[in-house]
Formats: sequence, structure tokens, C-alpha cells
Amino acid sequence: MVVQLTASLLDGLLLGAIYGMAAMGLNLIWGVMSVINLSHGAMMTLGMFGAYALFTYAGINPYLALPLIAIGGCLFGFGMYWIAVHRVINAPHLASLLSTFAVNMVIIGAGTTLFTASPRNIDYSIGSLHIGPIILQGTRLVAAGIAVLMAAALFVFLNRTFLGKKIRAVANNRAAAELMGIPSTKVLAISFGIGTMLASVAGFLISTIFPFTIYSGGSYEPKSFVICVLGGLGNPMGALIGGLILGALEGAIPAFLPVGWVPVLEFALFVAILVVRPTGLFGSK
Amino acid sequence: MDFWKRPGSWSVLILILCAGSAVFAFKSDNLREIAFTILLYVTLASSLNIFLGFTGYINFGHIVFFGLGGYTGFYLMSVHGWSIYTASLAGGFIASALATLIGSAILRLRGAYFALATIGINEAARAFVNNFSPFGGSTGLSLNFSVYHQYGGPSKALWTTYGLMLIAAFAVVLISLVIRHSRFGLGLFAIREDEDAALTMGVNAPLYKTLAYVISAFFPAVVGTLFFFKNGNIEPGDAFRLHMSIEVLVMVMLGGQGTVLGPVLGAAAYERLRGLLLTSSALKNLHLLFAGVLLLLIVLFVPEGLVGSLRKRFAKLRKVLE
Amino acid sequence: MILHVEQVTKNFGGLLALADVSFDLPEGWIMGLIGPNGAGKTTLFNILNGVYPPSLGRVIFRGEDITGRSPYLVARSGMARTYQVVRPLSELTVRENAMVGACFGREQHSKSSAKQAADNALAVVGLDDRAEQLAGTLNLSQKKRLEMARAVAARPHLLLLDEVLAGLNPSEVSRMLEIIRCIRDQGITILIIEHVMQAVMNVSEKIIVLESGAVIAEGTPDQVVSNPKVIEAYLGDPEQARLLMA
Repeated sequence: MVVQLTASLLDGLLLGAIYGMAAMGLNLIWGVMSVINLSHGAMMTLGMFGAYALFTYAGINPYLALPLIAIGGCLFGFGMYWIAVHRVINAPHLASLLSTFAVNMVIIGAGTTLFTASPRNIDYSIGSLHIGPIILQGTRLVAAGIAVLMAAALFVFLNRTFLGKKIRAVANNRAAAELMGIPSTKVLAISFGIGTMLASVAGFLISTIFPFTIYSGGSYEPKSFVICVLGGLGNPMGALIGGLILGALEGAIPAFLPVGWVPVLEFALFVAILVVRPTGLFGSK
Repeated sequence: MDFWKRPGSWSVLILILCAGSAVFAFKSDNLREIAFTILLYVTLASSLNIFLGFTGYINFGHIVFFGLGGYTGFYLMSVHGWSIYTASLAGGFIASALATLIGSAILRLRGAYFALATIGINEAARAFVNNFSPFGGSTGLSLNFSVYHQYGGPSKALWTTYGLMLIAAFAVVLISLVIRHSRFGLGLFAIREDEDAALTMGVNAPLYKTLAYVISAFFPAVVGTLFFFKNGNIEPGDAFRLHMSIEVLVMVMLGGQGTVLGPVLGAAAYERLRGLLLTSSALKNLHLLFAGVLLLLIVLFVPEGLVGSLRKRFAKLRKVLE
Repeated sequence: MILHVEQVTKNFGGLLALADVSFDLPEGWIMGLIGPNGAGKTTLFNILNGVYPPSLGRVIFRGEDITGRSPYLVARSGMARTYQVVRPLSELTVRENAMVGACFGREQHSKSSAKQAADNALAVVGLDDRAEQLAGTLNLSQKKRLEMARAVAARPHLLLLDEVLAGLNPSEVSRMLEIIRCIRDQGITILIIEHVMQAVMNVSEKIIVLESGAVIAEGTPDQVVSNPKVIEAYLGDPEQARLLMA
């Protein structure tokens, strides 16, 4: 029993690192421009299908495809900002909710037509790690590792590079940043692109572990929301930790309740945090 | 109630009544089915509008009441033998009670957070029903065919259901008009424009939001029961389709949120367009794509919707287009 | 005393916004609340009308303890308030804006009688010719007057005005002062936060000066203006100020 629980917890933590990285993308966009990207799940799905397409039709090793997915996700987000977000960035928040939601519908609609709803799988295995009686899959370990690396890279980027500082300035006070010569619109577009990049890479990582359908990204999206709220806005690192917590919970809960209850509990957690502690664990907003 | 004096109010009600009743005259099953579906969406859109359009809170999970009400009514009919009349009303009241409960938790959230919570509700409800054995779990419930004999046979039952749907659509539009011109409605609009200013002026925002939410939950539940009665069975996947919620949202925004005619026209127009798309097998899956592009264009360029922008540009039309 | 504020203190995390603020406001008076930026004036208003409760202290309105009561209940007991940054209900007409105040404020009008009350209030502030206009299309001065009309439409006992004169030119200022006096003459007590010194000194019977969350002076306009603590608060150094004003 204890072995089973520990194994589930570890698996959950590994998965949680990926969730956390995905949520970081959402958190970044939310924190920098107060836009909740409701196409976040769709971006993850694009990452999954991108990896699948490159692996199945071009024979590219999924891990080598990672930079391509990342760049693709970033460019998509950059473009999406100009099409769907730029015009409504100063409108009431609900306008950007609806516009990003609309993009979500477009992606899923197009995706369903192109790929149908049948499940896909990337059949790629790199063995597993044995720790005593516990078996950890290689793909999960690598995925978690990449997720943590990307989280660290984001941290360094935001705090040590010039562009990162510009992003933080715009997040803090857009008007003031503009007055100091920072091209805030371009910065916002880039931030959006980085956010979608993280989402698509997260999707890609998940595709190396689980089979997926066109709707899979959508099922991870609520988790990202819960993590953002749990970790708190304004601090991407909080998202990583929030992700680990959620992953651990997801690993532990099925030992006690049927797995179908997980969405209900996640929803309850979401509402509870917003009511009791709206700034989350590490938030600054 | 000065809404009686406005031609705009009369015209919407007469439109629905006449167009809806005309279907009886034609005695065509096909026409009845088309009209049934249109009236279904008119009711869903108008009921969503009572909450979303009047208070300005975005609700992505409106369909949850369609599902929960549908299940309740269906359960009462198939397991306890209630008639469609009482079951649908019971479904409505249970949904409103649930809305009170759900609302007490999530209505304290503002703006975007509320919207996110409503996305979660649908998922949570589906997961719950999937595990709830009295509702048949993941396989759902079905109606014994003999039930239709209570109404004079399946054909008569279908016509009766259509008639009830017409009544429901008429009722929700009537209630929308009454609210829109009432003191309650004024309070809701104040909340929509600026909730904190409204509170300062004395509007009991928590109560009013809850009332609007509860009222908006009643009608989807009633028509949910009607729909699944016609269907003969109900499953979690059918009852809580997020797509439906989204499309109803697009209908409201297309027609003009906050107006009464808007959701009616938006629902009718969108539903007809969707029907046309669905008949062509090549374009079948594209209706979500189409809805997405439509929503994007509306949000970017015509956020007030068709009726809303007409009212804005032509002040004289305001009396006529409610 | 229509308003009795007793030792109100407000702490935001580590920031002490208000410290032991106490004062009385007699019925029918116009009282000015002044002080440098950040002194806590708007915070005090927020506590009075219930936006948030004080950390310590009480607010007694017309003999009733309303400390921490929700804003909509405070409005119903007869306290109305305007905001420093105007908040018009943009998509509603001017008349509808005022009707909201009439329907949900102290007098709890039905929609039909609210129309009359709203029109009366609009007449007082001079917006009756714009009753059918959408509130979002007004200019700043008109929006400020609409803000007041909304508050007055409910015929409150006490009206809190938060910097209604900011951003107005001199002729608009004197017009607004006339409106304020007219409102007081209708029996409404007024507590006004203002930075336009001449104006507030002109119209108030009593002045309270706040600095860094504490009351540093209280009295008639003349008393307050010559109080060295007040001069120091605004200008820094009384000696310097005397030199500057000489």
C-alpha cells in the first residue's frame, strides 16, 4: 500500500512538474497583461499534434523536435496576440476572455476536422528507472527534467536578461514603461508568444507520456487555472510549485476516491482558494 | 409596468407566438422538428441573457442547468412515472435550487475568475453524474417506450412536447421583458456597468446577482427535460456538452447581449446556419470553427451584437428593438 | 450629531492608513476634510460607507452603529457618496443613472416615482436637459454633476463628496459650489474632501485636517488656516512658509 502510494506520488510529482511549466505560460500572460488565455489548452494540443506529426511523418525524434515545437508555439502566440488580443487589450477583461476563447474554438474546430477525434500516440520509449520496488518511466523523468529546466530558464530570462526586465517593467506598469522608451506593445506580443510556447512545449512533453486526442489539451486547461490561482499571480515560480502540489494530489487521490472525482475536487479547490486566499500562495497581485 | 406600452416588447412576443403557432397549422413533422430546435436555442439563449446580458457576468457553463434539469426531469419520469408537465417544472425548480447553492460559492468571484469557475462547473457536474448511480452513471437512463402512450401515442407526444417548448420560449422572453423594464432590471444594469458604484448606491448586488442566476437556471432545466423526453434517453456526454454552452454564448453575443430581441434573433439565425452546415458532411465539424470565427469577429468589431449596434446607431429604433 | 466617528483606525498589512480618528459632524452643516495626498481621506470615506471595515473604532450614524456595514445597507440608511474618479453607468442614460440612486437609496422608490425624484435631482445639478443622453458621452464636469445627482436623488441624510472639484475650471468650480450649497439648503448634511483650498474654505462651516492618518487640526476655516501644524503639513516648514508667504 505504502509502496503503491509512494509510486503514485512520485509519478504525480513528475507530471506535476509538467503541469507547472504549462501553468507558467498561462501565469506569465495573465501576470503581464491581465489576459486569461482561454486557448491555453488548445496550444497544448497543438504541441501534442506537432510532435506527433514530426515523429510520424518526418521521423524526427521527439526530443529533437522540441526546439521546433517551441519556436512554432512562440510564433503562433506572437501572431495570435496581434489578431485576437491587441484590439481588446484595453477593453474590459471579458472581451479578451471571449476573443481568446474564440481562437480556442477555431483551433479545436479546425483540428477536429483535420485530425478527427481519434486518439493518437507517440510510440517512443526510453526505458525506465528502478528505485527498489518503484518503477519510474524514462519518458516521465525526462519530461519532468525538461520542465524544470525550462522553468529555471524562464526565471533566469525574466530576471537576468534585458528583454526579461522589459517584460517585468511592462507587467508592473505599462504606461510608465512606455514613457521610459520600452515598446510595450511589442513586449506584450513577445510575452504572449513565450506563454504559448510554454504551453505547447508542455503539450509536447505530455504527448511523450500519454496518448492524446484533439480534446486532451482542453482537459489540462482547468488544471492550469487551478495552479495559477494556487501558486498566485505575478510569480511564475509559484506556478511550478503549484503544479507540483496539484500533481501530488492527483497522484494521491485515486488511492482513496474513484478517479472520476478528480475534476470535482479540482473545481472545489479552485473556488476555495479564490474565496479564502485570492492572492494564492506566492502571488504578488 | 411600462413595458406594455413599448412596441418593441409586443413585437417580440407576437413574433414568437405567431411563428410558433403557425407550425401547428402546417402539420409537418419536419417543420416541427426545425421549429423545436430553434425554440430550444431561443430559450437557452434568452435565459443565458437574463444573467449574462443583464449583469455582465460571463457564464461559460450555462448548459449545466440544461443537463442537471434534464436529468432530474428524466429521472422523475422514467423511474417515478411523473408526467412531462410536472417533471419539467420540477426539473426547473431543482435547477434553480442548485443554482442558489452554486451561486453562493461562485458569485462572490468577480469578472474573469467567475468565468473560469463556470468552466469548471460543467466539468465537475459531468464527472459527478458519471459517478452517480441513481442517474445511471456513465450509461445514463432511458425511457420505456410505453411512456408515450400516456400522451396518446408517440406522434401526439411529440406535438405536445413542441407545444410545451413554445410555451417555455414565450415565457422566458416575457420574463426577460418584464425584468428589463423593472426596478430589478435597473439594478442589474447598474451592476453590469459598475458593480462597486451600484453597491454604493444601495443596490444589493449579492442578492440581485443570485436572483438573476437562479432565474436563468430555471428555463434550461425545463427545456432539458422536454428535449431528453423526446430523445428517449439521456447520457452524461449528451447532457453536459460544453459545445452547446459555447454556441448559446455566441448566439447571445451575435444577437446582442442585454437586449431581448437579440438572443431570439441570434439563436434563430445561428441555428439555421448551423443546420445548413450540418447537412453538408464535408463541413460538419467546421461548425465549431465557424462559431469561433464568428465570435472573434463579434468581439473585435461588433461587441454589442446585431440588435445592440442597431440600437446604438439609430436612436429612433430603440423603442422598436427591445 | 448626524455622524460620530470614534477612534477609527485602519491597518493595511503593515501600513497604518488611519490612526485614532475621531470627530463629530452636526446635522445640516457642511464640513470640509482636507490634508496632503496620502493622508487617508478617501480611506476614511471608504470606512464610513462600508467599502471595508475599520481595524478599530466605530462609526455612529444618526445614533446607529453602522461600523462595517455593507455599502448597500449604508446607502439605505441614508448615507450617499461620490467617487474621486467618476464612475458613471456609461451605457445607461443620465436619467437612468439618477433613477438607480433614487430606487436603491434611502427612499427606495419604485421605478415610476423614481423618475420624478431623478428629474428633481437632475434639475438641482443642471443636467435635466441631458436626461436622455448616454452617461458615457458626458464631459468631465457633467459626469461629476451626474455623480452628485445620483447621490442626491435618494435624498440622503448625509452626502460624502470626494474631490468633486478636481479637474474643473474656475467657473465650473463656482457652479459646483452653488449646487453644493443648494443641496445643503434642502436639508442634506455634507462632508467634503477637497484640495481646492479657496473653495472648501469658502463653503465649509468646519474643517478637519488629516495628515498621515491622524487628525492634526479641527476648527473653523479661519482657525485652521492660521494653524502652524496645518501650514507645516502642507508646506513642510512653518518658517519657510512664512517667508514664502511674506
